[in-house]
Amino acid sequence: MSVISFEIVYRGIYQKTLANKISRTLVLAAVKEGKQGISFGRYSDSPERNGIPAKLFGYIADNSEELQAVAAKYEPKQVDVSICVDDTMCKGVESWAWYGLQPITAVTKPGGTLIVTSNYKTDDLVKHIHRRGTPYKLAIVPGGASMAGLWVYKNDGTDARVLGAALKAEPSICSMASLEQAIRENIGGDAHIEAARASFEDTRSDEVKPGQGNTEVPFTFQLLKWTEMREGVVIDGVGGHNNYRDLEGGYEPGRNEVFKKWSTRTMRPVVAFDKCTKCTLCWIACPDTVFDVTPDGYFDANMEACCGCGVCEAICPVSDCITMVNEVVFEDRGSQYLMWKKDAQAYQGYLTDKRKKGKVEKRFPITGLAAAFSGAGLDGGHNLNSAKAKSVKDFK
Amino acid sequence: MATAAQQAGVGVQLLTGSEVMANVVRLADVDVITAYPIRPYDTVMQYVSRFISNGEFDADYIPAESEHGQFEIVKHACACGARVFTGSSGVGWLYAMEPLAVTAGLRLPMVALVGCRALDDPGAFGTEHNDAMLVRDLGWLITFPDAAQEVVELGLLAYRVAEDPKVFLPCAIAMDGAFLTHSQATVRLPSQEQVKKFLPPYNRGDMLLHPDNPITIAPQANEDWLMEVRRQSSEAAKRAYTVLKDAHKDFCRIFGESTNPFLDEYMTEDADVVLCGLGTLSLPVKVAIREMRKEGKKVGLVRLKWFRPFPTEELRASLSRFKAVGVVDRDYSFGSPFHGGILLNEVKAALYGLDKQPRVKGFVCGLGGREVLLENVKHMADEILAIAKSGKADTQVEWIGVRG
Ligand code: SF4
Ligand code: SF4
Repeated sequence: MSVISFEIVYRGIYQKTLANKISRTLVLAAVKEGKQGISFGRYSDSPERNGIPAKLFGYIADNSEELQAVAAKYEPKQVDVSICVDDTMCKGVESWAWYGLQPITAVTKPGGTLIVTSNYKTDDLVKHIHRRGTPYKLAIVPGGASMAGLWVYKNDGTDARVLGAALKAEPSICSMASLEQAIRENIGGDAHIEAARASFEDTRSDEVKPGQGNTEVPFTFQLLKWTEMREGVVIDGVGGHNNYRDLEGGYEPGRNEVFKKWSTRTMRPVVAFDKCTKCTLCWIACPDTVFDVTPDGYFDANMEACCGCGVCEAICPVSDCITMVNEVVFEDRGSQYLMWKKDAQAYQGYLTDKRKKGKVEKRFPITGLAAAFSGAGLDGGHNLNSAKAKSVKDFK
Repeated sequence: MATAAQQAGVGVQLLTGSEVMANVVRLADVDVITAYPIRPYDTVMQYVSRFISNGEFDADYIPAESEHGQFEIVKHACACGARVFTGSSGVGWLYAMEPLAVTAGLRLPMVALVGCRALDDPGAFGTEHNDAMLVRDLGWLITFPDAAQEVVELGLLAYRVAEDPKVFLPCAIAMDGAFLTHSQATVRLPSQEQVKKFLPPYNRGDMLLHPDNPITIAPQANEDWLMEVRRQSSEAAKRAYTVLKDAHKDFCRIFGESTNPFLDEYMTEDADVVLCGLGTLSLPVKVAIREMRKEGKKVGLVRLKWFRPFPTEELRASLSRFKAVGVVDRDYSFGSPFHGGILLNEVKAALYGLDKQPRVKGFVCGLGGREVLLENVKHMADEILAIAKSGKADTQVEWIGVRG
C-alpha cells in the first residue's frame, strides 16, 4: 500500500508534546526516503484540557497526489497503526471532538496494529478493549503512561521506544537508519536511538481475534437534525435527582448525559465506607460533583462522572478511607456503596485486592501531575533487558 | 379623509427621526436601554434619557463603558426576557461587532438604531450605509426609514417581527445621519392603546434565561453542530419575510396607515424607468421625478423599506415591469462586481433568471453625507432613460456628485 496512516491517542496537555514528537519524527523519517507526509492533531480536540483524550494523525505517501486524497480531513477513517500512550484509554476514548465513547480500535484497520504503552499484559488490556468484528494485532511497549508534559518536556524515552515499535508494526514506513537519523535530529542522541532499536527488536504483537474483548456496547450519541435541535443555541439544563438511585431519600445531582467524562480518568477513588465519618468534605471538594448522597448519608463516587483528579483522596481527613487506584484494574463502573451494603465483607476483599493491584503512590492531587513533574514512563515499570537506557536520567 | 392614526393620535408634533425613535421606545415600553455616545445615534440617547428623567417613561437606562459593553449588556438582558433598545453609529457600531454577530447567532431580538455614518478614517459624521450593511449577512433584520413619520411604522414593526418566536432575530433601524436623525419634521404619534394592541409583550418562552428554566446558551460546538445552527438561522430569516407581511397587515388595521410592507413605489404605474434606493434618498428623487414628469419623462421610484428580509419576490415583480432600473447606492463595495455598491449587487442577484429582465445600471451617490441634488437625480434618470431607449446593457457604475 502506498499510503500509510497512523494515529496517536494521548491525554490532552500532559502528552501533547509526546504525541507530537512521535508523529513528526515518524513522518520526517519517511521524508528522508523521498516520501511525503503530513502530521496533524484532531482539530476539535483543541483547545485541549488536562487529561481529556485527544488524537494526532499522520499520513505517509509516495507522492503529493496520494497525499492530496487524504489531506484536509479531520481524521482518517482507517489507520494502519494506532498508538495509545496511556493504557487506561484501552477502555475507550471520549474527546471534545466527537460524541460518545470511541473504542480504542475505532479506526484501526482490520489486521492493523494497536501499540499500547503499558505495564500490564496483553490479556489485562484485551479485556478492556471493546470487541470488534475484525482481528487486529496488539503490541505492548513496556512502561507506564508517560506524562512528559506540554511546556516542559521531560523526555523519558517513551517517544523513541514507541517509534521503534511503530516501525516494527509497519516496516514499509522507512528503514531503521532513517528513523535513527530522524530521532537524532528531532528527539535526542544515543540513548534514544538505542531505546528505539531495542524496542524494534523486542516488540512482539499478539493477534486479537474477532469477538475477543470487552462486551460492553460503547455509549453512542445520535447527532440531531437541525429541525430537532432547540433554536438559539439553547440546550436543556440538567436538573437534580431527588433520590439516590432507586432508593428512597438521598440525592443525585444532574449530570451531562452526553459527555460522560469518565474516559478522562486514569485512576479512580475507592472508598472504605467503614472508616467514613460522613464529614462531607469529599462531596464538597469534588470539582465534578461526582458524589451521590446515599439515604443514610454516605457519599458514593459515581464512576460515570468521575474524572479521576484525586482531590477527594487528598481532602479526606481519615487515613486510608479514600484511595486512588489505577483505572486499569477495574472492569466495571458500578456503585461501591451498593456493593458495600450488599456484603461488607466481600467489599473489604474487593478494596484490598484493588489497592494491592493498582494503588497510585506519590502523586499530586491532579491527574498525572506527579508524573509530569518527575518524568514517569521508565519509573512506571520499564524493564527492557536489551535496552541500555535504564532510567530517566539516561535520556537527559 | 382623516386616517385612523390622525383620529386616535395625539396630534401633530415637530420631531426629529431620533426623537420619533425615542417615542417608539417609550410606547413599546422597553425594559432595558444601554447607551454610549457617538454621532448621530447619540441624539436618541438624549431623548430617551429625558423621557426617563421627566418621569414619562420607566426603564433601566445604562450608560456603558464602550459600544462593546453597550451591546453585550442588552444582549444578556434580552436573553433574560427584557425588551431592549440600544444603538450606535459608524465605527462605534463596528466596535460592537462581536456582540452584534453573537446576538444574531443566539437569536436574540435586540432592536438597535444605527445612525448611519461614514466609517472613519477620515473622521466624518455624514451618512453612508456601510455601517448598517456590515450586519447584513449575520441574521440581522435591517430597515431603512425615509422620514420621521415612517420611523413609527418601521420602529414598531421592528419590535413586532424581531420578537416573534418564529423569528427571534435582532433588528437594525438604519437612519440616515443628519437628514433623518437630526432633522425635524411633522409627525403624528400613535396612542399607547394602539401600540399595546399591536405589540404583544416580549415572551422568550422556553429560551428564557432564568433559574426556573435551567438551560445553557451557546456552549462550545464543533463542526458536527454548527451547520445545523446556521440552517436554523437561515430558516428564521426566511420566516421573517412572512411574519413581517402579516404584521404589516395588522399595523394597517390598527394604525390605519396603508402602504406596501416592503416597497415604497412612487409614480411607477406608467413609468418606463425607475430609480431604486434606500432611506432619505427618496426625497430628492421624488421631487426630481415630479419635475421630470413635466418634461414628459416617465420616471418612477422603487424604494426598499427593508433590506433584510430582502423583498426578492416583490422586487422581481415590480422591477420586471420597467425597461431599465438605476440602482443608487449610498454605500460602496470596493472591488465588487463592476465596482458597484451593495444594493446594486443584491438587486441584480434578485433579478437573475427572470424572463423579462430590466437593464440595470449602478450609481454611487451621496457618500459621506454629501447631499443628493436634484440635478444629480435628473442626471441618473436621464442615463437610465437612454439605456431604456437603446436597450443596450451598461454595466459601468457611475459616481455621482464627485468632483473631478
Ligand atoms: S477523583 Fe476527583 S472527580 Fe473523582 S470523585 Fe474524587 S474529587 Fe471527584
Ligand atoms: S471525606 Fe472521607 S470521611 Fe469525609 S465524607 Fe468523604 S469519605 Fe467520608
